Amino acid sequence: MTKIYVPRDMAALAVGAKRVLAAIEKEAAARGETIQIVRNGSRGLLWLEPLVEVETPAGRIGYGNVKPSDVPSLFDAGFLKGGAHPLSIGKVEEHPYWAKQTRVTFERVGVIDPVNLDDYVAHGGGAGLAKAFEIGPAKVIEEVTKSGLRGRGGAGFPAGIKWKTVADAPADRRYVVTNADEGDSGTFADRMVMEGDPFVLIEGMTICGYAIGASKGFIYLRAEYPQCAEVLTEALEAARKAGWLGPNVRGSGFAFDIELRIGAGAYVCGEETSLLESLEGKRGIVRAKPPLPAHVGFMGRPTVVNNVLTLATAPAILAKGGEYYASLGVGRSRGTMPLQIAGNVKYGGLYETPFGLTLGEIVNEIGGGALSGRPVRAVQCGGPLGAYVPPSLFDTPFDYEAFQKHDSLIGHGGLVVFDDTVDMAQMARFGMEFCAIESCGKCTPCRIGSTRGVETIDRIVEGVDVEANIELLSDLCHTMKFGSLCALGGFAPYPVESALRHYPEDFRKATLPAAAE
Amino acid sequence: MLHCYGNYLKWADDGRPNPLYKNGEEMSGAVPWNEARAQEIIDAHLGLEGPALPILHAIQEEFGYVPEAAVPQIAQSLNISRAEMHGVVSFYHDFRRAPAGRHVLKLCRAESCQSMGSEKIAKDFLERLKLEWGGTVNDGSLTVEAVYCLGLCAHSPGALYDNEPIGRVDAEMLDELAAEARNS
Repeated sequence: MTKIYVPRDMAALAVGAKRVLAAIEKEAAARGETIQIVRNGSRGLLWLEPLVEVETPAGRIGYGNVKPSDVPSLFDAGFLKGGAHPLSIGKVEEHPYWAKQTRVTFERVGVIDPVNLDDYVAHGGGAGLAKAFEIGPAKVIEEVTKSGLRGRGGAGFPAGIKWKTVADAPADRRYVVTNADEGDSGTFADRMVMEGDPFVLIEGMTICGYAIGASKGFIYLRAEYPQCAEVLTEALEAARKAGWLGPNVRGSGFAFDIELRIGAGAYVCGEETSLLESLEGKRGIVRAKPPLPAHVGFMGRPTVVNNVLTLATAPAILAKGGEYYASLGVGRSRGTMPLQIAGNVKYGGLYETPFGLTLGEIVNEIGGGALSGRPVRAVQCGGPLGAYVPPSLFDTPFDYEAFQKHDSLIGHGGLVVFDDTVDMAQMARFGMEFCAIESCGKCTPCRIGSTRGVETIDRIVEGVDVEANIELLSDLCHTMKFGSLCALGGFAPYPVESALRHYPEDFRKATLPAAAE
Repeated sequence: MLHCYGNYLKWADDGRPNPLYKNGEEMSGAVPWNEARAQEIIDAHLGLEGPALPILHAIQEEFGYVPEAAVPQIAQSLNISRAEMHGVVSFYHDFRRAPAGRHVLKLCRAESCQSMGSEKIAKDFLERLKLEWGGTVNDGSLTVEAVYCLGLCAHSPGALYDNEPIGRVDAEMLDELAAEARNS
């Protein structure tokens, strides 16, 4: 029986994977072929979705951009045996976009059946947890610290230090919380790992729980990901049934369970203290720090709040050793980063690679430049709170410190490409507008500053006192950056300031002499 | 089946009930307001740590929105004030205080989708339907809402139609969806 892989990843569904699946099943039935369908995650070669794969003795052969109307011709071409067809991309694992990656966190994403625990174990799953139980909690934290793993949510705080802080805080109970409120535009790595390999997150959370002495974990998932919630629910049930979660995890005597919680459309709940408030059933208002969640977190107890990718990387670190992970990357940015290449780009997708590639290599070589065929004018790195980077800075290596030097951030690793039709004054205005919509309202610089920012940019665009208003806007950005309680108000100025700095002409269109038009 | 999930969609921006909505029977999958049923839902979640959001999601899944009458009822059960509960309901974009149309289309307005021209596509579509963001067309068939990122950024512009994801959205696709909504 031939195994056919049709992704259930949200992005694949968005371009018709469900209709393709129906067409394949119908055609197979009509021809009397017996096939076995596996609903895998996405490999991350997103521009090729729906990417249908067929298992052959020679390996998995891929067929990209399959439409339901292509299905009869695929059968005619003998695709069940990997037959040649215009849509064939050959062996998926030899495709350069896949072969050149270093997959650690995403090792199994797109490869396995996401809700089949046997498949997970057959592909190396569970080794990290087994190792953790073997070496004990203190050594687990040591290993994670040694790996140099930094929080993948954006702030880049060393994960091992956070875990140790929580483990050392005296308490009657502790918690592990996964921040799966992936709200940044241009990011989808959390979603892909949860839809393509949910057990790795479950295993990572269990390792963390074991290391810090917690018996309860939460996944706070954003409401915009309904398909992801389905996969996670199935995976959590399967894990409980197989004894991977519950009173005696894998016979170790350690008790741990995970509850899935769904957000309700507030971007600010991706900020850890706001997330904790929301989890407790309150308005998602940011808390002042200190105290840190590591000391006073969920229900006032010490809590690890980590991004999906951070926790999903822990199993590989334990299984392969902290030193292996630390051997990848550059400077203080160790390991790999799952880059998300998005927006107006030819080869959009997920590309996991060690830190250190330059932005130009990522955008032009891997991403293939703008989909529209026009020149790339800007890349926004790190979501709606990230800076716009012009092509003149494309030699910047992708790591935390190099980006900081240019007053930008890598955030969650999302890169949104814009071609030369973009109006950067409008993008700056949107940055402020978004902050105004999503501000939790607790601190004044964010709540009022964002609205005043929109108004000031409107005046600049209209040509009213342009230079004076630009100065005012810069001053406002400074106030927001240093006066806001959390990263929403504190980082919203980054896209605005970077647009002002790198694209000054877009703010002065109204005052330019007509001859320049 | 997903508990604590489902019709977690934004309530209409104007906050007014849809005049075409009669006791809930026109809303697909939703049932009319029933206090006893609401209490069952609330009670089923009381064992959770911080149960407010799961309760609100379940109430909205059952009734299609969070009716005003539910607010004091939940507050009472959680032993918090009505004002606090109202604060929670009104903080989150996704809790509706009035029913939506029969179908809900969420169009992404975030940066990645903007890089592929989503703003113009959405503006023209809303003009064709004579709608503002968050509005419902006159026959009650479709509510169109803004959303900021659906994680479909490699296939921008993205949308969700009754929770089904759609990538590479264009004017023609949107018109087809509006027609489909009218006829179903």
